[in-house]
Amino acid sequence: MPANLWPSSTDLLRFGPEILLTLVGTLMMVLEPLLDNKRVFRTLSLVTLLGAIGVTMAAHGVPGLSYANMIIVDGFATFFRLLVLGVAILTVLLSGDYLEKEGHETGEFYALLLFSVVGQGIMACANELIMVFVGIEISSIASYILTGYLRDDKRNNEAAMKYFLLGSFATAFLLYGVAWIYGLTGSTNLNDIRTVLSSPNFTNSASLVGMSAALMFVGFAFKVSAAPFQSWAPDVYQGAPSPVSAFMSAGPKAAAFAVFIRVFLTAYGPISDTWVPLVAIAALATMTIGNFAALRQTNVKRLLAYSSIAHAGYVLVAIAAHSTVGTQAVMFYLASYVFMNVGAFAVVTFFARKGEQYVNIDDLSGLAVRQPAMAAMLTIFMLSLIGVPLTAGFFGKFYIFKAALDSNLVWLTILGLLNSAVAAYYYLRILVVMYMREPGVATNNMDEAPFALRLTVWASALATLVLGVMPGLLLDVAGRWVLALGR
Amino acid sequence: MLDLVLFLPLIGFLLALLVPAEKAKYFALIFSLVLFVISLGLIGPVLANPGEYSFVTDTPWISTPNIRYHIGLDGLSLWLVILTTFLTPLAILISWNYIGHRMKEYYAFLILLEFGVIGVFVSLDLFLYYVFWEVGLVPMYFLIGIWGHDRRIYAAVKFFLYTMVGSVLMLVAIIYLYLKSGTFDYTVILQQMASGQLKLTPEEALPLFLAFFVAFAIKVPLFPLHTWLPDAHVEAPTAGSVMLASVMLKMGTYGLVRYCLPLFPNAARECAPWIVGLAIIGIVYGALVALVQPNMKKLVAYSSVSHLGFVVLGVFSFNQLALDGAVYQMLNHGVSTGALFMLVGMMYERRHSLEIKDYGGVATQVPHLATVFLITTLASVGLPLLNNFVGELLVLQGAAMVNISWAVFAAIGVILSACYMLWLYQRVFLGRTSHDTAHHFEGQDLKTREWVAILPLLALMVWMGVAPMGFLTPISVADNKTLQQSKLNVELKVTAPAPPALPVSAGTTVQVAQTAAGVNNAR
Repeated sequence: MPANLWPSSTDLLRFGPEILLTLVGTLMMVLEPLLDNKRVFRTLSLVTLLGAIGVTMAAHGVPGLSYANMIIVDGFATFFRLLVLGVAILTVLLSGDYLEKEGHETGEFYALLLFSVVGQGIMACANELIMVFVGIEISSIASYILTGYLRDDKRNNEAAMKYFLLGSFATAFLLYGVAWIYGLTGSTNLNDIRTVLSSPNFTNSASLVGMSAALMFVGFAFKVSAAPFQSWAPDVYQGAPSPVSAFMSAGPKAAAFAVFIRVFLTAYGPISDTWVPLVAIAALATMTIGNFAALRQTNVKRLLAYSSIAHAGYVLVAIAAHSTVGTQAVMFYLASYVFMNVGAFAVVTFFARKGEQYVNIDDLSGLAVRQPAMAAMLTIFMLSLIGVPLTAGFFGKFYIFKAALDSNLVWLTILGLLNSAVAAYYYLRILVVMYMREPGVATNNMDEAPFALRLTVWASALATLVLGVMPGLLLDVAGRWVLALGR
Repeated sequence: MLDLVLFLPLIGFLLALLVPAEKAKYFALIFSLVLFVISLGLIGPVLANPGEYSFVTDTPWISTPNIRYHIGLDGLSLWLVILTTFLTPLAILISWNYIGHRMKEYYAFLILLEFGVIGVFVSLDLFLYYVFWEVGLVPMYFLIGIWGHDRRIYAAVKFFLYTMVGSVLMLVAIIYLYLKSGTFDYTVILQQMASGQLKLTPEEALPLFLAFFVAFAIKVPLFPLHTWLPDAHVEAPTAGSVMLASVMLKMGTYGLVRYCLPLFPNAARECAPWIVGLAIIGIVYGALVALVQPNMKKLVAYSSVSHLGFVVLGVFSFNQLALDGAVYQMLNHGVSTGALFMLVGMMYERRHSLEIKDYGGVATQVPHLATVFLITTLASVGLPLLNNFVGELLVLQGAAMVNISWAVFAAIGVILSACYMLWLYQRVFLGRTSHDTAHHFEGQDLKTREWVAILPLLALMVWMGVAPMGFLTPISVADNKTLQQSKLNVELKVTAPAPPALPVSAGTTVQVAQTAAGVNNAR
């Protein structure tokens, strides 16, 4: 069809955010050797990301399938596109001062960040398994490099290497699953797969279809750091530069959940009886492993990594609920998680200082005396991660477990909530050292936080509280844009 | 106006963070006094109609799911709210010189605590209730953890985790009720139950009841879930202990009366013998442990376990007298144990020790303090004409009507309470003074500030003991309604075709209901 060789303007618009980000990312690579003032790239990437938000909203005005049904622009895609763009904006705000302090501010960093967001945007709107794979790869490869960005730092190198090796392995499983389902159904398009699987003429063995779903689950579970594929997360989050850890715990994870939900609800929707128990068990294992492992951590970044594993478990509970309400809960949860987690990592970034010297929990001793505002903000994030009412985290958990009860997952609800009580212990430890210990070496000589970092922290804290008092603001959006079952 | 009383503390909390640190206590004192005066205005309208909710505000808060901001005040919650606003300024006064560092946060957290506690007592929406229940946890956690004694961190974390575990189970039950009834609004749920629109099968009601009950039992605390309490009390600063004992423990007993009885009448009646058993064990056990405590604060803490056993016994007797006594006992315990903790705190400020062996014969040095302590001791052991006597008598009388052996065992607790309290008084205030102790107490009798803090409590002890009817009448009306609601649902169950699996329990419930009805008529 030669007429379709050049995409129509609607097609271009629907894929607009990714096109814009790719163009600017490439431009940055070109400008990098030409410009001495690296601060330009901060501004440029911020402007681009804001622009991409605008394009995303414009694309949302013309919803539908594009590029031979390879991508879909619907509310669900828009929601996650906005989410990952938001994460990227917060990350840029965090990174600037961090990189300057480390003496490594370059255009590459921001270009890689934008490319990673491109991958996540593609994941959000992929309607086709090949696109899913491409999106995951773009996002991951950029993340691998970002993890090892400070190339003279041993911890960075180790983390990047681990992440890369295990990550490639996991994506291979995913690709293998794609090959299986293509062999079984003759299509890689999610809607087509669904049609074939639900047709009465489909005679291929159910266990083979289940196997393909299981293979893809391995890939997705790795990306969202769900048990038993979670072991990379602590090492990587600990080793990576703090702003990158903040980014990875929020953006790629949210996008991976988006694509997980879209593939399993759409393509594998007809065989949900097969995978729902699997996801439920993975959810329980993920929560339990994450929370119990976090109890013994002494490094704040590692603790937040295990906490992020546990939170992936809560989200899986909502996916196991397999309902529209459940998906809506996932959307709310991931969005509120962005604020509390990026906020927490932002405080850690501020606190760790040059070369990330101070990343142990004990280093935070007496922070409340020296930096009451920062300590108060971190308290808000911790309380939100625990799930104390009047914070976003509480409503996130509430909606998830309500969805689970709705779907009669009583055992999972009870075990999940008890898990969150266990989790309270390690979050409280951070409050204990901040408020109940005397200031130590690490807290005694601290500079004022740079403006951009303060902005990130305050904005995240404000969002956490606002969503904790008026969750309707976000939940209504999630409700309008939720991915309907059976589409 | 109730909205004002509820939200002023939240505003006060934020303002307290803004005032300069050295002015924080003045601000907190004036603020909490103003709030107390405003809250007195709540009394009149509630007394006029204590069986119904006054000052009701009911507006939507969150649309999906339908969560409402629904608050109201009736005879049951009225005095608890007043007790909270009454004790907060006293708690601030008692901290005046004791709290030396980070004063701003300290007073801010005390006021925030008031917000959470009042919220719990006035919420009429289960979700809203849960929110306040958890919100109250945070300031108390900090109060214990930052300004407490040596093992404060352990105590604070234990306090937080115990309550948290109980409350997540309650959250599951609340969500389950929502999914069954389509609303979090407590009054609507009760209407649905009364009209038969919402029916819980026994298989549903029992786990739901237990989920609520365990959350409350931890908070009360009921034996054997009480172990967090001695730790929290001993480690908390004086004002923290006062607020914890006087109002926060009442969140648990209040929950039992307000939610457990009307929502799950059958399950509550089926479990009642077990719960009463635990309550009696708690009464005797708490008293025996208090008897052997070498630490004053721990002694008072265990006496709380014992006293609150009476409250639980009264609640689960399903009898008007016993329930009235139980609710009255909540207030009495708040007043007299609050006063005891204050006095122990004053002793600590002088001697810097909580060990009983470090005292002895100090009555000669500080006669006023000794007299006040004696009056409080006598109130606590239930001397007639002082407050605790009325509550304990009602509970014992009501329990005896249901089952005489309950009253007999519980009465052992009263005797033991006289033993441990009077023995404490003897060891601390009488006998010979060691030189060291005398040195600490010389010329250190009650100061004006301390008089101001303790006198209102003494006055209340006498007032509530001599003229209890003014307090009891609205409580009684509200209790009567609670029992009616609870009974109504039992009768519905009995008239419905009884499932053959449960003939025995159905029989017992009828009997209990009739007993309760008989008592009502007798009154």
